Amino acid sequence: MKLTGAQILIKELMACGVNEIFGYPGGSVLDIYDELYLNRDVIKHYTTAHEQGATHAADAYARVLSKTGVVIATSGPGATNLVTGIATAYLDSVPLLAITGNVSTKLIGRDSFQEVNIVGITMPITKHNYIVRDVGELQKTIREAFFVANEGRPGPVLIDIPKDIQRASVEYDPKKEFIFTKKNTAITKAEIENIVQLLVKAKRPYIYVGGGVVISDATDLLIEFAKRLEAPIATSLMGLTAVPAQHKLALGMAGMHGRYAASKALAECDLLIAVGVRFSDRATGNKEMFIKNCKVIQFDIDRAEINKNIKPDGFLIGDIKEILKKLLDVMPSQDNSQWINRVYKLKESHENELKSPNDGSLTPKYIIETVQSILGDTLVSTDVGQHQMWTAQYYRFSKPRTFVTSGGLGTMGYGMGAAIGASIGKKKQKTVLFTSDGSFHMNLNELVTMVSNDLPIVIVLFDNNALGMVRQWQTMFYNKHYSETTLNRKTDYASLAVAFGAKGYRVKTTDELISVLNEVKSIDTPCLIHCVIDSDENVFPMIPPNGTINDIIIK
Amino acid sequence: MENKKYALFLLVANRYGVLMRISGLFAKRGYNIDNLSVGRTQDTDISRMTVVVECEESLLEQIVQQLRKLIDVIAVESASTESVMRELMLIKISHTSENSGHLMQVINIFRGRVVDMSTQSLIVEITGQEDKLNAFIKCVEGFGIIELSRTGITALIRGGSSLLESSKTYYDN
Repeated sequence: MKLTGAQILIKELMACGVNEIFGYPGGSVLDIYDELYLNRDVIKHYTTAHEQGATHAADAYARVLSKTGVVIATSGPGATNLVTGIATAYLDSVPLLAITGNVSTKLIGRDSFQEVNIVGITMPITKHNYIVRDVGELQKTIREAFFVANEGRPGPVLIDIPKDIQRASVEYDPKKEFIFTKKNTAITKAEIENIVQLLVKAKRPYIYVGGGVVISDATDLLIEFAKRLEAPIATSLMGLTAVPAQHKLALGMAGMHGRYAASKALAECDLLIAVGVRFSDRATGNKEMFIKNCKVIQFDIDRAEINKNIKPDGFLIGDIKEILKKLLDVMPSQDNSQWINRVYKLKESHENELKSPNDGSLTPKYIIETVQSILGDTLVSTDVGQHQMWTAQYYRFSKPRTFVTSGGLGTMGYGMGAAIGASIGKKKQKTVLFTSDGSFHMNLNELVTMVSNDLPIVIVLFDNNALGMVRQWQTMFYNKHYSETTLNRKTDYASLAVAFGAKGYRVKTTDELISVLNEVKSIDTPCLIHCVIDSDENVFPMIPPNGTINDIIIK
Repeated sequence: MENKKYALFLLVANRYGVLMRISGLFAKRGYNIDNLSVGRTQDTDISRMTVVVECEESLLEQIVQQLRKLIDVIAVESASTESVMRELMLIKISHTSENSGHLMQVINIFRGRVVDMSTQSLIVEITGQEDKLNAFIKCVEGFGIIELSRTGITALIRGGSSLLESSKTYYDN
């Protein structure tokens, strides 16, 4: 049967299990949107206010579902508006497929209207990208794109399809099979033995987990592994949901704004077991001191992560779940009770408490804990800055894939689109977005998408009248020169929400917060709660950049 | 640790943008390319690249691992000395009736070949290791170099194995 490029694209998306996509129409994707119209019963398309929001939505959709998120944009500005979203997905290893239209092949290279070389632009921020120059290549390209986005370490892939390719026809066989070769990650018995040798020799093992554990859905095995080894588990920001916060062995987040016990135990351990974590500078601080007193074992699916930031004494390459299974098959139970009791003491020490004034004022800690206690465990997304770190510290996550945040790129403005994608991914599940007066202003336009689609999203906006995280650094390292971080925005957030068709509230006291939360609990449309907080609230503990546990500032 | 020169051998898909992908990776990770040459192989779908880098040994490993992640890269190996490395240069030198005899002697010593000649200038084709070409340039500088063009280093590992063969261990098939 002969089909057009646009028809093949939609058929292949359906074949790959896509039933929801995000995007924004335009001149170079008219043919694709025509096919979407004809297939609107099978693929639901969500139109955002801006392509950036659509990319973040597709990215969050992928994160909560462990499924490839798909975003479509037109050529030129439509395509360039995807760039921040693609880079965000790239840094956090999210399987994302971005599809862009382009001008017809004959017009490429002539600075035609809305023409941009998006393949060139996105080369450094995609796992791979394609421009389809022959409609006969389209089917294979789409299949390969899905394969590449999900194989090994996941990541974004972009396919650029010129308009004439969308319109051209070619013989199409939906059953045609393509075989793509996987990288060989077979682990030998000897490799496992070597690692087990290191593990059983350790007296003070410490497990440090990252997003790789979440991606691999390896939580249960990880906890089994930690129990067997009698080792505590600390996480990176991306690994936060890999272990339930209430678990006895869980230390919470390590790193710049990590918990005291997590950083202290790390400094005292004799073996660091890094599981699906890439040693970002925000997590390690001073790299030499970070592993000065311990050996390091690293498990990762990406061979290039070995020796990139830290040189381990042993490593295994492969899917985290497979690695842990193989280790559990042979590793005997260890008695490290002395060490684990020391860790429990650290957990209970007063330095490990997250202190916050208890004078009835509206503090970030109070807000986050109250939101969780009244709304229950929802999906949670954040923007970037102080409120993101507070959420990581105070929200007690109990399930993987319930926390959607921009870790690697640190994208302010991520939250609005992310909350949309997360909620849609989980069949319109209640989602809380913690954001701030800084981040919210970047992509507040996506309120329209939340309202048009009746999404049960509660936006909790921390208003400290400042770019808080930058201000915190200025307080600590720049002599309180508050250069351009005092915002003085005059936005009436509650009215703004109402103007967009959402519900809006402003709270200044704890009582007001409780009553508003009780009200929004049963509302299934978007709500915004504007919380006024102190400008001088800082994120503690903090280990200054390139610092160690000895430099930790508790309060 | 000290910097050393290494040659990287790559087999890459002969596809749109592949050179940009490779050079882009070097640029984005901050690796320095000393020298790069690229050309087709006996298989028209595959090109071969030789990239010379100057770096620490630990970084070399990281470069190889990062290159292996690129979808269009079929095989990568690195080598320091156990390979045959050659470069070709075309060099246009001015001469006069008085000194052309002397110039011809120099060219012969270096086993260069004159491929074009006019009354005031000639073009020499010369092949060899990088330092041989450098030495030749030094020797003819006095005559006046009008312009020159070098292909960049191309290389093969000694012995009976091929890059494609050795890469098979990294993939299931």
